[in-house]
Amino acid sequence: MNEQAPLSREERVKNLKGIGSERKRVEDARFTQGKGNYVDDINLPGMLFGDFVRSPYGHARIKSIDKEAALAVPGVVAVLTAEDLKPLSLHYMPTLAGDVQAVLADEKVLFQNQEVAFVVAENRYIAADAVDLVEVDYEELPALTDAFKALDEDAPLLREDIKDKMEGAHGPRKHHNHIFLWEEGDKAETEKALSEAEVVAEELITYQRVHPCPLETCGIVASMDKVNGKLTLWGTFQAPHAVRTVASLITNIAEHNIRVISPDIGGGFGNKVGVYPGYICAAVASIVTGVPVKWVEDRMENLTSTAFARDYHMTGKIAATKDGKITGLWCHVLADHGAFDACADPTKFPAGFFHIVTGSYDIPVAYVGVDGVYTNKAPGGVAYRCSFRVTEAAYLIERMIEILAQKLDMDPVELRMKNFIRKEQFPYQSALGWEYDSGDYHTAMEKGMAAVEYDALRKEQAENRAAFDRGETRTLMGVGTAFFTEIVGAGPVKNCDILGLGMFDSCEIRIHPTGSAIARLGTISQGQGHATTFAQILATEIGIPAEDITLEEGDTDTAPYGLGTYGSRSTPVAGAATAMAGRKIRAKAQMIAAYLLEVHEGDLEWDVDRFQIKGNPEAHKTMKEIAFASYNQAIPGLEPGLEAVSYYDPPNMTYPFGAYFCVVDVDVDTGVVDVRRFYALDDCGTRINPMIIEGQVHGGLTEALAIAMGQDISYDEMGNVQGGSLMDFFLPTAVETPVWETDFTTTPSPHHPIGAKGVGESPNVGGVPAFSNAVHDAFAHKGLTHTQMPHDHWRVWQTAQKLGLTG
Amino acid sequence: MSKMHVKMTINGKEVEALAEPRTLLIHFLREDQSLTGPHIGCDTGHCGACTVDMDGKSVKSCMTFVGQANGKDVTTIEGIGNPDGTLHALQEAFREHHGLQCGFCTPGMITRAHRLLQENPSPTEEEIRYGISGNLCRCTGYQNIVKSIMVAADMLNAQEAAE
Repeated sequence: MNEQAPLSREERVKNLKGIGSERKRVEDARFTQGKGNYVDDINLPGMLFGDFVRSPYGHARIKSIDKEAALAVPGVVAVLTAEDLKPLSLHYMPTLAGDVQAVLADEKVLFQNQEVAFVVAENRYIAADAVDLVEVDYEELPALTDAFKALDEDAPLLREDIKDKMEGAHGPRKHHNHIFLWEEGDKAETEKALSEAEVVAEELITYQRVHPCPLETCGIVASMDKVNGKLTLWGTFQAPHAVRTVASLITNIAEHNIRVISPDIGGGFGNKVGVYPGYICAAVASIVTGVPVKWVEDRMENLTSTAFARDYHMTGKIAATKDGKITGLWCHVLADHGAFDACADPTKFPAGFFHIVTGSYDIPVAYVGVDGVYTNKAPGGVAYRCSFRVTEAAYLIERMIEILAQKLDMDPVELRMKNFIRKEQFPYQSALGWEYDSGDYHTAMEKGMAAVEYDALRKEQAENRAAFDRGETRTLMGVGTAFFTEIVGAGPVKNCDILGLGMFDSCEIRIHPTGSAIARLGTISQGQGHATTFAQILATEIGIPAEDITLEEGDTDTAPYGLGTYGSRSTPVAGAATAMAGRKIRAKAQMIAAYLLEVHEGDLEWDVDRFQIKGNPEAHKTMKEIAFASYNQAIPGLEPGLEAVSYYDPPNMTYPFGAYFCVVDVDVDTGVVDVRRFYALDDCGTRINPMIIEGQVHGGLTEALAIAMGQDISYDEMGNVQGGSLMDFFLPTAVETPVWETDFTTTPSPHHPIGAKGVGESPNVGGVPAFSNAVHDAFAHKGLTHTQMPHDHWRVWQTAQKLGLTG
Repeated sequence: MSKMHVKMTINGKEVEALAEPRTLLIHFLREDQSLTGPHIGCDTGHCGACTVDMDGKSVKSCMTFVGQANGKDVTTIEGIGNPDGTLHALQEAFREHHGLQCGFCTPGMITRAHRLLQENPSPTEEEIRYGISGNLCRCTGYQNIVKSIMVAADMLNAQEAAE
C-alpha cells in the first residue's frame, strides 16, 4: 500500500481556503454562463403580469377612474384601484419609518409616477396596452418641491390622511408637512463653544437626491396556492425574513404559510430594502386569482418611484482655535423625505446614524438636529451603499474640515492630523453618543500620504497655479483628501430594531457524515460573494475546506431568521454568527474527539483541521473523522449528529475607516474634471478575502464618482421629475471610470469574533467627499469655499466663470 | 394581435416560431426560448445587459424587434462556452480575475467582449474601455472586467499561436 506523506501544517492551512485566502468565487460559474436565477427569470405555468397606471402629476386630486376600456382588452384579468384594496385594508401599507404609504393612490396623488391602478393581464404587452386605456380624471393641485418652503404657513397640505395626527412616529409634528424633529448632543454647550470660538466656519451643504440604481430593477413573483393555503413570494428582497413578517402582519396570512425567497439579486445598494406597492399588488392579485403574478418595474419606474437616497440640506458650523484645534460642531439638517416617510432606518433613529457626523475627530462638544419634511416627491430615503445616513454625515464633516482649513489658511491634511482621535483614546466616546470600538487614524493617514507623495503633489499644484496665472495652462490641479469613519453592523438589539424586529443575525450549520457541510444564514448576497466568504470564515473555524461547505441564504423556509443584507451588516453580524456557530460545532467535536482518543477534553488542542493530544500531535482526530463518528458512534452523554445554530446580537457597531486621496485636473474652459489619480486606503479590520474586498472598493468608488460628478434626481416646480431614466441619470461607463489604487491597514474590531468590520460601503462614504474636495481644492486659491454637487461639466464651468477664470 | 412567422439560428440551432411583430428580441429570447442569460436593465438601450450577437455584430436585444432577427444568426451567452462544455477563455478569465459581482451585467458584458476580441484580438486597455462602453456595470468599477478581457485576449492569442 502506498502511504501518502502526511500534509504539512502549512499545506493543511492552505487547503482550507479560510480567512485571508484569495479564494475564487463559487458564484461565478453560473453567472458567467448566463445561468443565474434572477426574479424576472422565473416563469411559472399560467403566470400573469402586473403593470401600473401612474400619476402624470406631482400633486393632484383623483376625480374618477374609468377601467372599462382596459377591462375590455382580451387577456386583461383585473384592474385594481384603491377602492378594491380598501375592503382588505390594503390601500395603505406601513413603512419602515413608522408612517404609512399609499399602495394605490387614495383620492390624491402626491408625487409624479405614483401608483394609481394595477393592471393584471396574460402577458406584459397586454398589460401595457391596458395601462394606456385606464382613464383617470385629475384635478391638479399646487406642487411642493422645495423643501425649504415645506413648513411655510401657506404651504400646500400634502398628507390629508394624517392632517389631524400631530403626534408622529418620532414625536410631535409642528406643521402639516412636518414629519419629525430629531436631536442629539448638547445644543446649549455647542452654541456656547461657537460663540466663544476664535474661528467659526459655516456652510449650507446639500447632498442632492440620488438613486441606488442597481442594474436589476425591483420585482416579485407572488404565487398563492389555494389548495394548501401557502403564499410564496420570490423577489428582490435584501431582507427576506422581514418581508415575510411584514407580509403576514398586513395580509393576516399566518407567517408559517408564507414563504419568501430571494433568488439571485442583481445588485441592491439599498434599493431593495423596502417594501413597495408592486409587491403588495402582485400578492393581492395572486391571492384573488389563485395563479402566480409577476411584477417587475422598468428603469424609469425604478428611478422615479422606488427608494431614492440622500436629499439632505445640511447646515454646518464648526468652531476652532486659531491654531486649528476644533472646539465644537453644530449641524442642522432639513431632510426631504418625499410624500411618505419610507426611510429605511432602525426604528429609534429617524435620521439613521447621522450623529456619526463628528467623524474621525476628537470634538469635545456637538449638536445635531434633523427636521424631516414631506414634499411632492417619491418616497424612500434608503442607505445607498452606506450605513444609515452615514455618507451624508461623512460628506458634511469632510467638507467642513476643508472649509475650516481654508479659513485658517492651513493644509487640510494637517488640520485633520491635529484633530484625529488618537490611537490610545479607543474605545472612544463621541460627543454624540457613540463608542468607537477601535482605530489608528494617524498611521492610516501617514501611510496614504507617503503612497501618494502628498507633499510633492502640493508642490506640483503650486507650480500649476503659478503657470495658470501666467497664462501657460488652462487646467487647474486639485488635490482632494477624505478621512472617514463609518459606523456599520447594525446592530445591538437593545437599541436597533426595524418594525420591532431586533437587528441580530444568524447562522445554522449541519456537518454531513462524510465531513462536508451546509451553512444557512439570515442574510442575502447581492453580489458581495457571501457563498464564497462565509464559507471561508467557517473553514478557519471548523477545519473543513471552504470547497466542501455549501452556503445558502434567502429562503425563509430553510434559513434561520435574520434581518438581511444592507448597511454593511452581513460580515459584522451574520459573519459573527457564522464564527460563533462554528465554535459550537468545534466544542462538540472536541468532546467527540476526547471520546475517540480516550482522553479528557482538556488534554486536547485544536490545530487547523483536527484535535490532537497536547504534546503528542501524532494522536489526533481530524474533523472529517469526528464528523463520521458523530453519526456512527453511540457516545455516552452526547446526542448523535453535528449541528449548531447561532443567533448573534452584536455588543456594539463596528467602525471601519479609511484615508482617500484624489487628484484631478480641471479644464476651466469646458468644466471637464479629469480624475488623474485615486488612492483608497481602507481599514476594515480582519480581511476575509482580499480579492473580494478590493472588488468592493472598486465598485463603491465608481458609485461615489457617479454621485459626486453627475447623479441628480431633481424636480421642477410642477413636480415633474428630472433624471428619471438612464438618458439623464449618470452611470459611469468604463471610459469615465478611472483606475483605482487600493491599500489597507488592519485594525481588528475588538468585539467581533474574528475582528472583521465590513467594507462594502466605505468607498462610497469616503469617495464622495474625496472627489468633491478635489474639485473644490482646484479653485480654493481663487476664493471658492463651496458649491453644491454634482460637479458635472456644466456646474464646474459655471463655477469657473463666476470666478472669472473662463476665456 | 396577428402573429408573424420568424426563423433564425440561435446558438447554432434553427428556430422557427410565431410571434407578435412588436415582440422585442429580448422578450422572445427570454420568454419564448427560455434563454434567460441576457437581461433587461434599462429599456433605453444604455445598459447593455441584453447584448447578444447578431450576424457578427453586438446588438442590444431590447432595442431590436424579433422580426429584425428574422433569418439572422443570433448568439447569446448560452452559446459562448466551448463546444466541449468547458468555459470559454473569457468566462474563465472573468472568474479568475473577479470580473463580476452580482452577475447581472455579466452575460451582456461577456457577449460584447467576445465580439470585441474578434474585431480586435489584441486590444489596449483604452480600446477595451471604449469597446465595452455600451455595457454598464454597477458593481465592479470595470477595473477587473478590463483585466479579465486583457487576460482572455492573451489566452486566445496563445491558443491560436499553438494551433
